[in-house]
Amino acid sequence: MARIGVFVCHCGTNIAGVVDVKRVAEYALTLPGVKYAIDYKYMCSDPGQNAIIEAVKEHKLDRIVVTACSPRMHEGTFRKAAERSGINQYMSEMANVREHDSWVHSDDKEAATLKAMKLMEMSVAKVRRSEALSKMYATVEKRALVIGGGIAGIQAALDIAEAGHKVVIVEKDPSIGGRMAQLDKTFPTLDCSACILTPKMVAASQHPNIELRVYSEVVEVNGYVGNFDIKIKKKASSVDNKKCISCGVCTLKCPSKRAQSEFDEKIAPRKAIYTPFPQAVPNKPVIDREACTFFLTGKCRICEKVCPTQAIDFNQQDEVVTEKFGAVVLATGFDIFDSNVYGEYGYGEYKDVVTSLQFERLINSSGPTEGHVVRLSDKKEPKNLVWIQCVGSRDESKGRPYCSRVCCMYTAKQAMLMKEHYPEVNCYVFYIDIRAAGKNYEEFVQKAQNEYGVIYLRGRVSKIYEKKDKLIVRGADTLSGSQVEIVADMVVLANGLEPRKDAKSLAQLFHVSYDQYGFFTELHPKLGPVETAIAGVFVAGACQACKDIPDTVAQAGAAASKVLGLFSKEKMEVEPLIAKVDPLVCSGCETCYNVCPYSAIEMEDREVSRGNLKHVAKVLDSVCKGCGACVGACYSKAVDLKGFSERQVYDQIETVTQ
Amino acid sequence: MEVKEKKLNIVGFLCNWCSYAGADLTGLGRNIYPADIKIIRIPCTGRMDPMMVIEAFHKGADGVLVSGCHPGDCHYSEGNYYWRRRYAHLKELLDFFGIDKRRFHASWVSASEGKKFAEVVKKVVTETQDWKDSNSK
Repeated sequence: MARIGVFVCHCGTNIAGVVDVKRVAEYALTLPGVKYAIDYKYMCSDPGQNAIIEAVKEHKLDRIVVTACSPRMHEGTFRKAAERSGINQYMSEMANVREHDSWVHSDDKEAATLKAMKLMEMSVAKVRRSEALSKMYATVEKRALVIGGGIAGIQAALDIAEAGHKVVIVEKDPSIGGRMAQLDKTFPTLDCSACILTPKMVAASQHPNIELRVYSEVVEVNGYVGNFDIKIKKKASSVDNKKCISCGVCTLKCPSKRAQSEFDEKIAPRKAIYTPFPQAVPNKPVIDREACTFFLTGKCRICEKVCPTQAIDFNQQDEVVTEKFGAVVLATGFDIFDSNVYGEYGYGEYKDVVTSLQFERLINSSGPTEGHVVRLSDKKEPKNLVWIQCVGSRDESKGRPYCSRVCCMYTAKQAMLMKEHYPEVNCYVFYIDIRAAGKNYEEFVQKAQNEYGVIYLRGRVSKIYEKKDKLIVRGADTLSGSQVEIVADMVVLANGLEPRKDAKSLAQLFHVSYDQYGFFTELHPKLGPVETAIAGVFVAGACQACKDIPDTVAQAGAAASKVLGLFSKEKMEVEPLIAKVDPLVCSGCETCYNVCPYSAIEMEDREVSRGNLKHVAKVLDSVCKGCGACVGACYSKAVDLKGFSERQVYDQIETVTQ
Repeated sequence: MEVKEKKLNIVGFLCNWCSYAGADLTGLGRNIYPADIKIIRIPCTGRMDPMMVIEAFHKGADGVLVSGCHPGDCHYSEGNYYWRRRYAHLKELLDFFGIDKRRFHASWVSASEGKKFAEVVKKVVTETQDWKDSNSK
């Protein structure tokens, strides 16, 4: 007969404020097998855990149920407590009466208490059927994959490499650098973005432990923490990097004028054979086959003729390699919100309405205009500029209720830079609120207004229309309560941030969850900000949520430290909650063999009784992930799943419906 | 000692990685929903044996909800696809058994859809109550 202990947590008032915890504990004592039950203020605290340990010893309990928060929160805590008390850690269960009860039924305390009693009873029913399981270990491949070569990816890779482990950076563009390479200056210090980024790019490329795979993408992911098998596709660049000496003659002589530079946000043309920007790392050109005259018409081959080292290879094919990694950092960054969604601002219709990133390229001295800010329509210098904030931020009607966190700051920065370059211009900013929470951020915005004379107007812009060669910006100034109209030469939209377009498909490859916008979901909003629900997969930078450069760098370092923690162990503990086959019941139909997503089932001819061979399924313990697809599919009920066994689930069903 | 209220009894089977986490988020966001549902945690909807649903009805459950990851988002790659196929057949079978369709629900709720889970439960409770009311007339 089982000897079960039930421990009911108050969680301060989180549970006890709604659920009558005393009644739950009293009810527990009426259940068969329950020998001990108490309620306590904080079960997860040291005294709480010690109370469990002492109770187990004193009352000779052999299994425990902790009625508290979600097992996703504290299952590990109480399994460890169980182990310390001398019983097997898998002889513990939790009943989730906080997330699934007190927090969601605070309107009906009686119903919440009855439900808590029921949830506890279900867990008691389940733990009665629990088995002692022994720990399992797996090896760790001490090699990390960083996806995304922006500042987040570079920083994470450098930190891991510095600690002595091999890192591969996969970047889909021809160069690492990411968004930060596109920026002119950074707030709040106004130091040049490229000047602080390029040394890091070079450091990454020269580090003996870092391997760059640019123009590459992850296409398939198998395996699990410590042992990922990842397929990486290197797109054909049509240039043999071993021969290329980065002289740049090919780009200079290329006659193609079809393509627009992605790096310059499509405000300048680029050649068909190109490096995205002069400081690109690695500084090797690629051929854009959709723009190349040779690939389109079969004639040209000028780059091939001018190349001094015969590095051009038109026959190059995409290459796919499969490699083993122990951990992955996702650092795919952001896109800016699509300005076309705001029809009233006339983006795309009026050439002089530009996005914030286009403005960065315009004012950047290595940009297409060499830092001369000119109107895209007539190349004249603008005299009056208007910034519109929250384009795709804090706007429920456009499906973007969140604040992008950086726009207030970069708007102030851009207006200040404009004033620095051209002191006589007028800069106006339409804003909703100024959100400048960061070290020296508020001071920075104040400086823009007080020292640089940037004029801030609190209100939304309702319409922009063209009048001769001017843009009329009509909006509200809610502080003076009046309509304002500004005759502008140029309008800059302060676009909000959103995840990269292909972030969702990448998340699906790794089975990492994402929110409705496509931002990767971290393990816990407060206590697991760089982990994901998938062990061994971490996140860094704006792919997880909007953030600025310092926060991105900090998160990248945190992700790297998690990777290093994983790599510090020779062997890693893995959950023994896996499937097992009863060979006596198995009919050898191979259904489980066919449904298993991990190829963890093997068919074998096994001696089930003396001299009697039987064709049966066998689970490969180290490969099984415990999803239970085989259990759901088995016709003869020969497979069962430890920790979620048939008897456990059926007993829970019976308890609910009693 | 327990006073049994005349309430619905709904069994919820939630996959550990998406819907169970989503239901946790419902709690974190304090989104109130009816207490009629009790949740059983399973690793994946692919682990769902249709017999579990039948057993729940057999034992007297008023309603059953099975919720997993969105198609394409399964933690175990394809478990929810197996469940989707089983669901399609099971729905017809339950109908054949004479179990009203308003009593059996399936949904996709991700780990970030806390509010959606509350909405799903409300819908399941409303429809099951609907069935119960029409049945008692």
